[in-house]
Amino acid sequence: MTLRSEDAVRRGAVWSILLVAAVLSADGVFHAALAQNPFGAPRAVPDQQVGGIIGWVLAKQSEFYRAMSSTIRAAKNDGSAVWTLLGISFAYGIFHAAGPGHGKAVISSYLVANEETARRGIVLSFASALAQALVAVAIVGIGAWLLNVTAKTMCGAERIIEIASYGLIAAFGARLVWVKGGGFFRALSASRASGPQLAMAHHHHEHHGDGHSHHHDHHHDAAHHHHHHDHDAHCGHSHGPEPEQLAGPGGWKRGLAAVAAVGIRPCSGAILVLVFALAQGLFWAGVAATFVMGLGTAITVAAIAILAVSAKGVARRLAAGRDGSGALVMRGVEFAAAGLVLLLGAGLLLGYVSAERVTCF
Amino acid sequence: MHRLYGMLLIVMLLVVSATTASAHPHVWVKAASELIYAPDGTVTGVRHTWTFDDMFSTYALQGIETETKGVYTREELAPLAQTNVDSLKEFGFFSFAKADGKKQKFNEPTDYYLEYKDTALVLHFVLPFRTPFKSRQMQLEVFDPSYFVDFQLQDKDPIKLVAAPAGCAMTIERPSDGSSAAKKLGEDNFLDGSNDNFGAMFANKVTVNCP
Repeated sequence: MTLRSEDAVRRGAVWSILLVAAVLSADGVFHAALAQNPFGAPRAVPDQQVGGIIGWVLAKQSEFYRAMSSTIRAAKNDGSAVWTLLGISFAYGIFHAAGPGHGKAVISSYLVANEETARRGIVLSFASALAQALVAVAIVGIGAWLLNVTAKTMCGAERIIEIASYGLIAAFGARLVWVKGGGFFRALSASRASGPQLAMAHHHHEHHGDGHSHHHDHHHDAAHHHHHHDHDAHCGHSHGPEPEQLAGPGGWKRGLAAVAAVGIRPCSGAILVLVFALAQGLFWAGVAATFVMGLGTAITVAAIAILAVSAKGVARRLAAGRDGSGALVMRGVEFAAAGLVLLLGAGLLLGYVSAERVTCF
Repeated sequence: MHRLYGMLLIVMLLVVSATTASAHPHVWVKAASELIYAPDGTVTGVRHTWTFDDMFSTYALQGIETETKGVYTREELAPLAQTNVDSLKEFGFFSFAKADGKKQKFNEPTDYYLEYKDTALVLHFVLPFRTPFKSRQMQLEVFDPSYFVDFQLQDKDPIKLVAAPAGCAMTIERPSDGSSAAKKLGEDNFLDGSNDNFGAMFANKVTVNCP
């Protein structure tokens, strides 16, 4: 058994090295592939200094964003330009969300901290993007359209909302840390109390000490010869809350808290587009563009959320190959992800982490 | 085994944080600057002329009452100009100067006003140096470290030396012409999670060498 789990660990280690390598090299590959592509020029374009996929994303989204103002102007005389505007907004949303903000980090960390599915990650991503679009339309609709306040006043409102959002993220992170920290330290003390040599005793402790692992007992008592097998399958969950518990209605409530924390902060880009569209007498086109932009944003955020959930899946498979300490690894990963949400919230609140700046000048 | 834990965390952190590193501009500025010299050969300040992009200009003009629709006089724009210089202070006016390698500080801006030209707002202001200085080499960079604002030097004569001593020569580095230090900074700068000085890659730098 020791040999088998060592093998699994080794295999897992190889996989995770491959994953890291893939993440790192994908960028290089994209860089090489795109260096000759987007500008129609041969390789080594001196213009393209900020290299790699991020440089390309930056260049693209600037291009799309700048095309928006001219398209809105064009739409005044030519209604069909609105379709172009929607296309650009969608593309902009996809590229734009690759930058900071939009709750990618918060949502992904939340998913990792909890036993969440990729499907819920997608739902949360779309919900928060929709909320962001709604808030942007509300700010400009009420501020600029109804009350005709100045940009300075609107900006003040944005700042207040921003602070509220960061505060909520920090509070949400603190709650996650509290919950996940408990799981982690329980797992830590459990693994300290019983070393790997005392595996049998350790398992007994797990099975009879914790109230929530009642279903393990069946296997344990009824089929002694399945002992090892069953433990390998269940160890990963024995110290923390079961996934079913988190996926219940209470889990959705927590998910909504994430959406609220992230979603109340609108994207500055959307505000600018809305005010511009309003000034051109095409507020509705700006509203449509904002929602399409949100759709694009949601797709990117969802993709990153899926990536985070899959990465955790890899970690779980790795940990499953290990006995009791595998659970410790998983609790540790969750604890770290919870800590990341708290750090992000606190960092944003105190200005250590720069997100998208609210346009106030 | 501890290495394994570390690796797991690295995977997670990479996935989650790599994507948060890059910033993106929402405001574009075409910049032109004059370096002002006193008769004794010291540099006294910088006169900036910043032209904002169409969209931001419209945004900034939101809610400003005018006598004639679509026409904005300097007086009508005065409160906005005041807001501009007040809030730019927080960002050090996006101007970074060095004299022989030593950082130079600016005083409060003077002579500031806005004009509205071809659907764009143009902000004019003078940034006086706290202590006018004479140096063999001075450098001025204009950029937003967080890259919310994209500064580009205007195409024609972006930098002028006003009443500079004879023999002073300047070189201009743009982020896009291959001469800037930007090329030395690679993807690592984006991926290390810090975007404190992200915008330095997009800096516009003028170097003046005087005999």
